[in-house]
Amino acid sequence: MSQSTLTPPPVLLIRPTRGLAALNLRDLWVYRELIYFMTWRDLLVRYKQTVLGILWAVLQPVLQMVVFTLLFNKMAGLSAEGFPYPIFNFTAVLPWNLFAHALNVAGRSLVTNRNMLTKIYFPRVIIPLASILASVVDFLIGSVVLVALMIYYHLQPTAHYTIQITPAMLTLPLFFLLAFVSTLGVSLWLSALNVIYRDVGHVIPFLTQIWMFITPVVYSSREVSAQWRVIYALNPMVGVVDGFRWAILGTQPPGDTVWVSAIVALVVLITGLFYFRRMERGFADEI
Amino acid sequence: MSDYAIRVENIGKQYKIGLAPNRYRTLSETLTQTLRSTFNLHPSNFQHPNRIWALKDVSFDVRQGQVLGIIGRNGAGKSTLLKILSRVTEPTEGQAEIRGRVGSLLEVGTGFHPELTGRENIYLNGAILGMKRTEIERKFDEMVAFSEVEQFIDTPVKRYSSGMYLRLAFAVAAHLEPEILVVDEVLAVGDAEFQRKCLGKMSDVAQQGRTVLFVSHNMSAILRLTEETIVLEHGKLAFRAPTPQAIDYYMAAGFSQEGTRTWRDDEIPLEAAPFRPAALRVRDPNGRTVDSLRSTDSITVEIEYTLEAPITGLRVGIYLLTMRGEYVFTSFDTDDPALFEQFSVRQPGRYVSRGVIPANLLNEGRYLLAVNASSFRVKRFFQDEQALAFTVDGTGAPGKHWPEPRLGPVRPALDWKIENVSK
Repeated sequence: MSQSTLTPPPVLLIRPTRGLAALNLRDLWVYRELIYFMTWRDLLVRYKQTVLGILWAVLQPVLQMVVFTLLFNKMAGLSAEGFPYPIFNFTAVLPWNLFAHALNVAGRSLVTNRNMLTKIYFPRVIIPLASILASVVDFLIGSVVLVALMIYYHLQPTAHYTIQITPAMLTLPLFFLLAFVSTLGVSLWLSALNVIYRDVGHVIPFLTQIWMFITPVVYSSREVSAQWRVIYALNPMVGVVDGFRWAILGTQPPGDTVWVSAIVALVVLITGLFYFRRMERGFADEI
Repeated sequence: MSDYAIRVENIGKQYKIGLAPNRYRTLSETLTQTLRSTFNLHPSNFQHPNRIWALKDVSFDVRQGQVLGIIGRNGAGKSTLLKILSRVTEPTEGQAEIRGRVGSLLEVGTGFHPELTGRENIYLNGAILGMKRTEIERKFDEMVAFSEVEQFIDTPVKRYSSGMYLRLAFAVAAHLEPEILVVDEVLAVGDAEFQRKCLGKMSDVAQQGRTVLFVSHNMSAILRLTEETIVLEHGKLAFRAPTPQAIDYYMAAGFSQEGTRTWRDDEIPLEAAPFRPAALRVRDPNGRTVDSLRSTDSITVEIEYTLEAPITGLRVGIYLLTMRGEYVFTSFDTDDPALFEQFSVRQPGRYVSRGVIPANLLNEGRYLLAVNASSFRVKRFFQDEQALAFTVDGTGAPGKHWPEPRLGPVRPALDWKIENVSK
């Protein structure tokens, strides 16, 4: 405890670790600047040599929302609990994209950065973490569109709906945290598994596709009958989307099922951290 | 307080064959294996038949400020040892104590991203190597100057030549200031000028009193930079001694026996084609290949090789070094302009290039021969820095009636005349 956090300990002991390894938070602190630089790199690389650059972070969710509105609202006739479908959909697309993009990038991140893993020591968790943080930046940029949509619907109230500023909006950071915890937990599992089983890399696109349909992105969670709600909420993204909609639009409050989502997210994160730490020692040999 | 920087105790590292370093399991393999081991309880299945020790029972320590060389053939465990000490991988058994921050140059340019500019890569790579942002900012100009890529610093490195890329990468790594520096083969690449620069930087580091672990196949670099060296053989520490003796031990344990060095196929890099070295021999005046010669005899050095295609402007030659790493001379078979003219294009075939080191030239001691085959400013086909060692025996050499060692690598018989001019 008396150790200075800025300088590593004078004597470092290298030996095989056995059993459950604790999270090395101090190392993570020492390497905090690397987290920043890796996130910065992921963002830079993503938008290098593109004409529109960072604008894609806005364009992508908007285009998605347009397609979903045409497909599921206009053609399939899915309703939005009486809210305008575009904003109803967008409040879900935003956190969903954070989750899905991060899974796709972070899940493969250790393998894509294998030359770093085999040459240099640093806390390995930084690699998936940085991929997720880059997605968080995209999320924040995409939020600008959400605010624009909110202003639009505030100025032009449709027949039975207008956006109000409510105290519920203050809970948004909590639901964002839930989204982040879920994303980190699942990414830790997938990225560590992908080092050993490359099958995971092939599974991730399917996984996110199917996962989207068990998450109320294009439809309302009210469509799910009451007796299934608890099981449905085992998917932590259900809690996230319900929370976002409640905080921003004022849909019915998510209720107790949000605790189910939160507990599942925490369990996935904690087990993910331990699994990651356990596998970490073999990464350089197995990758 | 003890003054060691690194203390390694019985370190061992086990790998699964076929898994390390480049294979990975698929889910189905693991499932079938799990099923097999569940249903087939034969005890032999619980053994680990496919495991090898890349490193076993290795113990040594390194004093604070010491520059220690590590040599050994491919697969002797050198890289594994460095990976353990730089915490890239964990040992299977044993332990190591390390005092101070470890900076590793296991390979320069780690984390370089081709899409990023030189400037962006300096920051990123610096952070990966463990530098603070303020530290990078402070040294930024120095690094750029060292790399000589000022004009292209805002160009993506994917447009760099391989030389520029390497210089930039090394510039970042060279400005790390850890207490312990771990270096592996960075000098194996790049042109001669760059290598000279790297060596200079490394000896600066060593002179600042920092501890350096230096792994290389470049014997002359090992000789110049280190005072003590350990030799690894099949994952075990075979020998530890002052560098000249350690290299001697290493060379003697290798393929060079009795004044002949041959190259196995896997020792010849692909880039060497169409040049294929066959053998390097040292012969005495009677034509016998020998390990030890008298300084009063001439020494014939013979390089045998095959050309699979014609090469323009080829020169095949030797470097002669002392065991302390000083160059004595460099000589090529086409140093004579007439011969160079005659062999301007060397046709495919089997060749022997033979050169004679005149009698009464070398001092007594042990010497190292390095081989080089290249076309000037076009391509270096082949180079072996540690081809062959031989001993020069001083019996009968000039000045032998005084039993004193003579300084310097040469001991020529000069044409002395003594004249009395007092008249």
